[in-house]
Parts: sequence; C-alpha cells; structure tokens
Amino acid sequence: MARYRARRAVALAAAALLMTVATACGGDDGATGGDQAAVDDGATLTLWTRAATEAMSKAYAEAYNATHKNKVQVTAYPNEEYPAKLASAAGAKALPDLFAADVVFAPQYASQGLWLDVTDRFGALDVKDKVAPAHVRAGTWEGRTYAVPHTIDMSVMLYNKDLYTRAGLDPEKPPTTLKEFAEQARAVDKLGGDVNGTYFGGNCGGCVEFTFWPSVWAAGGDVLDDKGTNARVDSPEMAEVFALYRSLYEEGVAAPASRDEAGPTWLGALQNGKIGIAPGPSVWLGLIEEKGVKMGVAPISGPDGGESTFVGGDAIGIGATSGKAAQAWDFLAWTMSDEAQVEVVAKNKGVPTRTDLASNKYSQADERIVLINSLMAKGRTPYARNFNASFNDPQSPWLQTVRGALFDDAAAALAKGNADITKSLQQG
Amino acid sequence: MTTTTDPTRERTAGAGATTPASRPLRRRRARRAWLGIAYASPTAAMVVLFFLVPLVLVGWMSLHRWPLLAPPTLNAPDNFTGIADNDLVRSATWFTVKYTLVITVLLFAISLGLALLVQHRRPGVGMFRTAFLLPMAVGFASASLLFLGLLSDEIGPVNDLLGRLGLVDGYVSWTSGSANSALTSAVVLVLWRFAGFNMLILLTGLQAIPPEIYEAARVDGAGRWQTFRRITLPLMRPTIALVLTLMVTGSLLAFDQFWILTRGGPDNSTTSLVMVIYREAFIRLDLGSAAAISVVLLGVLVVFNVIQLGVLRRRSN
Repeated sequence: MARYRARRAVALAAAALLMTVATACGGDDGATGGDQAAVDDGATLTLWTRAATEAMSKAYAEAYNATHKNKVQVTAYPNEEYPAKLASAAGAKALPDLFAADVVFAPQYASQGLWLDVTDRFGALDVKDKVAPAHVRAGTWEGRTYAVPHTIDMSVMLYNKDLYTRAGLDPEKPPTTLKEFAEQARAVDKLGGDVNGTYFGGNCGGCVEFTFWPSVWAAGGDVLDDKGTNARVDSPEMAEVFALYRSLYEEGVAAPASRDEAGPTWLGALQNGKIGIAPGPSVWLGLIEEKGVKMGVAPISGPDGGESTFVGGDAIGIGATSGKAAQAWDFLAWTMSDEAQVEVVAKNKGVPTRTDLASNKYSQADERIVLINSLMAKGRTPYARNFNASFNDPQSPWLQTVRGALFDDAAAALAKGNADITKSLQQG
Repeated sequence: MTTTTDPTRERTAGAGATTPASRPLRRRRARRAWLGIAYASPTAAMVVLFFLVPLVLVGWMSLHRWPLLAPPTLNAPDNFTGIADNDLVRSATWFTVKYTLVITVLLFAISLGLALLVQHRRPGVGMFRTAFLLPMAVGFASASLLFLGLLSDEIGPVNDLLGRLGLVDGYVSWTSGSANSALTSAVVLVLWRFAGFNMLILLTGLQAIPPEIYEAARVDGAGRWQTFRRITLPLMRPTIALVLTLMVTGSLLAFDQFWILTRGGPDNSTTSLVMVIYREAFIRLDLGSAAAISVVLLGVLVVFNVIQLGVLRRRSN
C-alpha cells in the first residue's frame, strides 16, 4: 500500500509539475500567420492517433512517405487513455506535429486552441466544398477551422445472414423501420440456444449515442440544439427509441450482457456469430466477416421509417505547439486528395472523407460499401464543446440517463437527464 | 532531546586563539558537514522537485482558471465553491469513505490473521510467507487487468468454474452487474494484492515483542486470548497505527482498481474521489477545479495523518 501510495503521489505530482512548469515557461507558439504554403522538404512529422484509428493513420502515412520527402511517424495510444495523453502533452506544450481525435471531441480541442488555425489553408483547397461537411463543422470553433476529417466511421445495422436464413427471414430484406428491426430480432431470438436477437452497449454512453441517435434523427427528433449547449433528450422520439430497446432487453431478445456492455467486448459479441441483428460501426463489417460470419448491412431507421447515421470517426489537425506547420499541412492536404481517398481509404474498404468520391472504382465491387458511403449525406455529427464530459465519459450524465431509460424509471431518467446534460454542456 | 557540548570547541574558546591543532579539526568538521549535505541533497532535491514544488503549484492552480495552453487567470474562490455544486464529488466522497472503511477493516483483519499464522518458525512456513507476499510482485494496474480478465464472462475462467460447481447459473457480470458485486470485485483484488505486504509489516511488529514477556505471561497462567489481548495487541500498537495509516491513506487515494476494473460503474456507484479529479483535469480539461478538489483531499489526508501519527507517537512514548 505504501508503494502504491507513493507511486500515486509521484505520478500526480509529476503530472502537475509537467503541466504547470511547461505552461508557466511557455512562450509564443506561432499559432497564426506565417507561410500558408504546403512544404515537402524532408521534415519528420509526428502523428498521434487512438488505437481505433491506428490502421488507417498508418496506411495514410505509409502511402505519403512513399511519395514524399517528408516522413510521417504514427504513434497510437489506447482509446480510453488518449484524451488524457493529449491533455498532458498540451499542458507540457509538447503536442505532436499532427494529432487526430474522435470527431465529437473536436470542438473541445478547437476551443482550447490545441490545434493550429487552418482556416486560410483549408479555404485555399480546391476540394474544400467536397470534404465531409459534418466533420469540418466539428473542427470549427467561432468561425475558424482547426481540423479536417481523417477517418469516417458510420453507424449501420449489421445482420447475420445465416441466422436470418435459419430463422426463416429473407436475408436480402433487412428492416426498413425500427419496429421491423425489433420483429426480426425477435424472430432470430426464437432459434434459442445461445443465439440472441440483438445486442447493444447498455453501459457505454458512446455506444448508445452512436447507435440510438440515428433512429431519433430519422424520426425527426433531435438530441442537441445547434450550438451544443442545450440537450433535447426528453423528446418523445428519444423516449420511443429507448422504449423499443428496453422491451427487447426485458423480453430477453437482447443478449443479457447488453446491460453491462461498456464497449470493450462489443465487437467480440458480434464476431461470435450468435447475434441476429444489431446496430454498430460500419468499419466492423470486415472485422466480423474475418471470423467467417456472413453479414448484411442496412441503414438505421426510425421507429416508423426514415434513415440516418451517426457520422463518427476522427478529425485531425496540426498541433498548436508544432514548429512544422507547413510540412504538416502538406500531409493533411494530401490526405484529402483523390489519390489518398481512393488508393488508400477506398482500397482498404474505408469510407472516403470526400462526398464526391462516395462512389469509386473500389466501392463498386461491394454494394454494401456503396450503401454505407451513400449514408454520409443523411447522417449527422453532433456538435458540443463539452461532448466528452456530457456524453462519452463513464461518469457523464448521459450514461446515467441511458441506464435509467433502459433499466429503471425511463420517464424520470430522461427528464432529469435532460437537465443534468444541459448543465454539463453549459459548464465553462 | 539532549544537547551535547563539544570539548574541542570549549577548549578553543577558552584559549581565546586558534591553536594549530584545532584548525584541521574544524576543517574536518566542516568537511563532514558538507559531506552530509552532499549525501542528503539528491533526496532533498527530489523532495523539493517532485513534492514541494508541485504542492505549491497545485495550490496556486486551485486559485486560477487554468486552460491547457492560454495563460491562467485568477478566479478564487470559484474552483472551491464549485465543489459544493458537483453532485459527483458528493457521491464519490461517500463511496470513498465507505470503501476506506470496508477495506481497512477487512485488510487489517486478514493481514493480522496471516501474520499470526506465519509468525513462528515451523517447517514450510517460509513458503507460506513467500506465497502471501508474492502478489506484491505484480504491478497494481497489471493486477487490476488480470482480475478484469479473470472475472470477465467472455474470456475469464471464474464464471465457467462457478457454473460447473453449480454456484452460478447463466450470465453474471461481477465488475458491472451491480454496485455491490463491483465493489466486492475491487475489494477482493485489493485484499489479494496488499494483504501480504501488510502481513509483512505486522510480522516485524510481532517478532519485535520479546519472547520473555510471553513466557512470563504463561507462567502467570494467561490463556491464548488473554496473551493476545493483554500483550500482543498493546505492544503492537505502533506497528498497527502505521499499518492503519497506510491503509486509510491508500484507500482514500484509490484509483487504479476502479478505473480499470469497474470504470466507476455501474451508475457511478464505484467512482472514487481521485477518479473525479481525473475527470475534471483530463475530460473536462478544467485544471483549476481538479487542483481545488486535490487541495481539499490533501487537507483531509493531512488531518487523518496528524491524528493517526499523534496516536502512534503517544503509544510509542
């Protein structure tokens, strides 16, 4: 216990020291002005990313390094620890030249000035109007652009074609409404044994917002106001979506582990091929099929129809303390080029960050990819400065709301949740 | 405290002049003093750099609005008044106190039990002492991950084993199923990890009691329970106070086990105070507020330690 206490004390002290000394001693970071041109002069650029995005970041870097003098070195950190890593690095004025972050955290980082202002550089790009608008908005703070899209991940319905056939459902006819989704999940669940109709992350704020909110949007509801300072989670649309998932859990159609799923074993649960249909990230399509499970893809719909998606993924910008802004921009501008979007992203079955490249020579080979790419125009990326603290963090008021709405007094949870989330969103 | 007079100095002063013989002595003494300072300086530098400076800075930070990159601005006492409005701080304080009570009682009882079991030299006792201490060799974060894996319904063997024994039926989530099971998982982890270490400290206390006292008690006809209550416990008081201080301080600063094992859930039921500090600093990026909670927690710890060390000193005397 003594060593444990000592280690904690030293760690806290060191973190505080690092942050404070560095903040106190730091000078001008050259955040604005200077040469706007992209430079390729053989500089070595450091790029940080979270584990979930590592593969795509490395694919970008590899292709860029092969054709440019600049060299990009990618370092990935565990997803949960990444925000803390960035905050410590910022406090120590030791941010990397480039860093990516979950797109929903982008307004917070932009407002804190962790990325360089790239408004003029981005404005000079020929393709600026074709770059995923929801992502660009997320990287904007007070009218200035700080980040651009890096990877795109959207929420879709993923269903197991073999289980659909066994349950007597047509594997080519996925649900077009959320009510149909529930019926099909019930049908698959009747197979019994260790097969379950559906699965969701009932103890994971990020998982629920990613998979439930599109149904709310498809029904014409909203979750946040435009400025991201007022919650709208007490809407009838939200209540209806929660009620539907709640009934699936109570009937035992959703796997019992749905209640405790905090995220880490979510993918594994879908990979074992025992779940009929579940909303999840589009990038998991390949990861689930790797395990020999034949999957179909459908848009997430509202209770009575419509379709939408949560346009997630990562945004990327130039670290505010970097001295190689021109070289870093050379890389960022290249990632938005046709070459990078088609030969790196589309070739690896990713979703292009350019709306005009949704249909490309690689996507045509798989109609599911065409469907996923086409959803971007219908999807949304919620925008709020305090998004992480209000929605994604395990201690967020949103997770309390989710738990109450799914497993306790739903009406009270949504009403109280709306007030708590609004308070959290408005905190300075 | 006793004072000693230096005969050399008195002689020198009495002579009224520096004699040739005393000069090398004084030089040697000065050299020895410098040597002492040199020996102590690495530790002193570390204490100043990693304890005093951060301590002052955290106090300073708690009086400011402290953005990550922009210059700080004075906002005292907002960071402190904000603590009262923070519901999470309230629930985390209550939980941390509850956890501290549970862990201190259980950990102390088990550590003392283990120490009493292995205090005498008998064949094979060395093996048991080593076995009890061995979990200390595993880093605490690694141990937490190990338990997370073992208790997982997906990949861990515990549920399969209990299922085969007929003790559980179907799906059970130990780390997030209910507030009690989550707390129990963390308590079992901490007991497993730290009981051996506390046993070792208590063992040194036990072995410092002279065997003659026990013999005298036996001659006087004292039974086992009487011997334990009248001799072992009173003579162990300094050691017990030390162990309790370590346990209480460690528990009030609990973080790793809950951060890794339960993520503070379910429903914030296992969110400790240090986790709230972490959330304020690294999720909300509000370093001033995090520093203010740290300062309050530090104050509570200082009060606890002063009381406990006061007891320790009184008993020692």
